[in-house]
Amino acid sequence: MQEQQRDYVLRTVEERGIRLVRLWFTDVLGNLKSFAISPAEMENALNDGMSFDGSSIDGYSRIQESDVLAIPDANTFEVLPWVDPKGAEARVFCDIANLDGTPFNGDPRQILRRNLTLAQDKGFVFYVAPDIEYFYFAPPDGKSKPVPLDNGGFFDLTSTDIASSLRKETIRTLETMSIPVEYSFHEDAPSQHEIDLRHTDALTMADSVMTFRFVVREIAALRGVHATFMPKPLEDIQGSGMHLHLSLFRGDTNAFHDPDDAYNLSPTAKKFMAGLLHHAAEITAITNQTVNSYKRLVPGFEAPVHVSWARNNRSGLIRVPVPKRANESATRIEYRSPDPACNPYLAFAVILAAGLRGIEGDYELPAESDANLFEMDDAMLEKLGIQQLPQSLADSLRVMENSALVADTLGDHVFEWFLRNKRAEWRGYKTHISQYETDRYLRSL
Amino acid sequence: MITGRDTPLNMLAVFPAPAPIELARTLDLAGYRWKAFQTGEEAWRHEPEGGWAGAVVMCDDDPEGGWAMCRSLRKRENAVSRVLVLLSGSQLTDLELRDELFDDFCLTPFHPRELEARLRHLFWRELKGSRESLVEYDGLVLNLETYQASFGGQSLDLTYMEYELLKFLAQNPGKVFSRETLLSRVWGYEYFGGARTVDVHIRRLRAKLGEEHAYLIQTVRSVGYKFGQSTWG
Repeated sequence: MQEQQRDYVLRTVEERGIRLVRLWFTDVLGNLKSFAISPAEMENALNDGMSFDGSSIDGYSRIQESDVLAIPDANTFEVLPWVDPKGAEARVFCDIANLDGTPFNGDPRQILRRNLTLAQDKGFVFYVAPDIEYFYFAPPDGKSKPVPLDNGGFFDLTSTDIASSLRKETIRTLETMSIPVEYSFHEDAPSQHEIDLRHTDALTMADSVMTFRFVVREIAALRGVHATFMPKPLEDIQGSGMHLHLSLFRGDTNAFHDPDDAYNLSPTAKKFMAGLLHHAAEITAITNQTVNSYKRLVPGFEAPVHVSWARNNRSGLIRVPVPKRANESATRIEYRSPDPACNPYLAFAVILAAGLRGIEGDYELPAESDANLFEMDDAMLEKLGIQQLPQSLADSLRVMENSALVADTLGDHVFEWFLRNKRAEWRGYKTHISQYETDRYLRSL
Repeated sequence: MITGRDTPLNMLAVFPAPAPIELARTLDLAGYRWKAFQTGEEAWRHEPEGGWAGAVVMCDDDPEGGWAMCRSLRKRENAVSRVLVLLSGSQLTDLELRDELFDDFCLTPFHPRELEARLRHLFWRELKGSRESLVEYDGLVLNLETYQASFGGQSLDLTYMEYELLKFLAQNPGKVFSRETLLSRVWGYEYFGGARTVDVHIRRLRAKLGEEHAYLIQTVRSVGYKFGQSTWG
């Protein structure tokens, strides 16, 4: 199997005249990292991995040894469809290992892998389908505010033409790269788009999200357009989320499904939801990791603010979609707080861990909240026992640092590095004097 | 429409019987399967299913018998199409006016590497890129030698497991397979993703084949998947 897989990759490199193979991996913050090797080095890379200095990668730095190995996962080998066939290139995702071959603690892909194995030991396979939102803007000049394409004037073509042809091109590229698309549409906000991916196991999906972000940006850049996954780029317009549709399967059976339940939810699903709600605040720093993320999580823009669940209430943190027809495998829950700027490997890992904790600990699911929580005052919310999600990066870091669940899930290396890095980000933000402040206070005070 | 690479394509008839030791050794080492006969009639009586792929006729000790063998192999309707003659330098004039009886020749005493190279060349169409190593269906072509897939002449980039799944399905058109069967036959072991993995890969294949060709892989409700139409109608 392994042997044949290697053979397949090497043969394809030869037959397709691949000039460069890009080895892809992810830093702790979720940025795609890559280095290229020549086809001649590929066999070596598949057998022994390629060593490189990890100290330049965010979150990989260690005190002593900084060399690590990138070991290609041969099943993720794909020819890059947008590159000139005369100089064809391919990419392959890598697992990062220590020089002795053991998994490297700083590698998000290894962290997700480890957590998926834990779930698998309990008989569960974790499936994820994300709905990813993003904006198209004119290339940023660093001074003025982002210019949405839909405002017109920037392009000769009407803006809807260019945006929809960009989206079409993106989807075609994704599909040739093994990422089937479920729906795609233009969101309410100007220049905002949403592409929904079809569910796969969580590891494949985390790889797919990385590829997705790369493809969306790349295709846009080829047309001189800037695509961004910034959670809240425009103040008065809804931000970009990455709603995650989640389910657990035992073999062929959807462990979330129960035909006799009013919501078609099994006890396993309810405990998973209870776990996710109970630990939601602890994992928010991971699912919403930027200062800007918290400007999306405000009332009035269909983004969740409260820790609650409901069937049809899109202001809730967890929504239980009602399947169109009785389809057992479609029973799922939708976790609505994550944004597309997160590290998908770490986000999927902590979400899974929170849900599994609910199952193991036999957590009880709180009552559904179908009322509009935005209209309630704090006293009413307190009476109902409904809490808010952390209000800022600083808030969520404070909750995360006391979370044994998150520490266990990420491992000490990433847990500590992440807190250090994000506290520094917050400090940088806290000392910044914004335009808002100058406008409001300079004259009047 | 479907041809497997396992079909024996290298069954050779050899003259004389028993085959000279050096000839037998060379054929064995080169991986050919062969049988030696004294006459053409004998060779036809023992014709394998699918016919003789070729013949090696050694004329140096018994030129009369050798050429008789060649004539016999050639005169039938399903004549043996690849005949290699071995003869000594002094017999070269024998080749004149006998062009129709052989495809290539090699001088004796032969160098084993030369004989091997000539045979390989004689059979190259079968061994490299022949129909034997292609799976074809409705414009879809899978080359089992090079692992390359194409549709309507356009190359189709597949991951390893997508390729293996498509190969298995295309080699068995019209047959319905359950997810479990596909998992055990294609993945071959208890795979991480369980049987749902099959669904994921089927969707990826459909997406790569494109909307207009996605019909090639059909979902058979509550059973599994089927590729194309049965060759039995």
